[in-house]
Amino acid sequence: MAVSKENPLNQFLIDRIVPIHIGGVDASFTNSALLMIIAAGLITLLIVGATWRAALVPGRLQSISEMLYEFIAKMIDDNVGHEGLRYFPFIFTLFMFILFGNLLGMIPYSFTFTSHIIVTFGMSIVIFVGVTFIGLWRHGLHFLKLFVPHGVPIGLLAVVVPIEVLSYFIRPMTLSIRLFANMMAGHTMLAIFAGFVAPLGAFYLVPGLLPIALDVALIFLELLVAVLQAYVFAILTTLYLAEAIHLH
Amino acid sequence: MDERDPRAELRDLEKGLERARQGRLAASPRGRGGLGHGYQSGLALAFRIGLELVIAVVVGVGIGWAFDRWLGTRPWGMILFFFLGVATGMVNVYRAISGMGMAIGYKQRGGTPPQGVGYDDEDDD
Repeated sequence: MAVSKENPLNQFLIDRIVPIHIGGVDASFTNSALLMIIAAGLITLLIVGATWRAALVPGRLQSISEMLYEFIAKMIDDNVGHEGLRYFPFIFTLFMFILFGNLLGMIPYSFTFTSHIIVTFGMSIVIFVGVTFIGLWRHGLHFLKLFVPHGVPIGLLAVVVPIEVLSYFIRPMTLSIRLFANMMAGHTMLAIFAGFVAPLGAFYLVPGLLPIALDVALIFLELLVAVLQAYVFAILTTLYLAEAIHLH
Repeated sequence: MDERDPRAELRDLEKGLERARQGRLAASPRGRGGLGHGYQSGLALAFRIGLELVIAVVVGVGIGWAFDRWLGTRPWGMILFFFLGVATGMVNVYRAISGMGMAIGYKQRGGTPPQGVGYDDEDDD
């Protein structure tokens, strides 16, 4: 984390590790991209390594990946039903990518790519467009009935329909901002408290220990938030998917 | 290796898995939840609803502002969409905490989980 004189927001700076410019477009290989590749590599390693020598009685690695698999499979089955399992690979990948991105960000001196709104917004807009297409493809224009709740008097429709439409279109925003804001706030908080350590410690030893203790506690909170936010992102995706498929 | 129809084998496997799942579901206290009741821990819910209110207002005002710029109806679009945003935010929070998921146009369903058929068309075409 940040040293005392550093800005607590410096940890979110993008470094161009390998600058690449193609036709005026900055396509540099950044620390964010590096962490994404590490996350994807670790996920692949975990899953492939676990299923490499799949045993009937699973070992540690196999146990972990089986638990993750069942967790997501059950989540989809509960919320979408059986036919939602068709989209299992996407949701599983999404969950694992966010989970690993959040957790890798917890390693000191690494980088949290999920703390950048462009990353989370990219993911959520893909979900939003994809889910809308799935809905339109399955139900055609019936899909628009989504915006007209059942049992609402005609007079109220003029108010209710705009509300429904608006609450549909803010989804990519809420989905992406929730993840990005949580990660960014948590990491900033850690850095700020870390920044208190040296000034207070220079004053006297004991007050310097207080922010350290707080940071230790906050790191546990952040670990919780990292897992929970990945879960929330995944479950909201399944809920949106459930709606597009079942059109209640 | 026997060259039996792999589909039949898969079907057998599917049946076996289904049996195992049924047994486990019967053992679990919650059983098979309906829509949105699956894995909702209170904590996850709390983390979900936090932003709902704010974002709806912000996006509403943004849309209103864009409309005003487009149609030159300053300030009415912004005012209208501000209130729309507030209403949307409240509706969304209400839906989230009453366990309805974030469903748009949610209609209370009779406890049966969505299964098999694509969508249940109850009363009209």
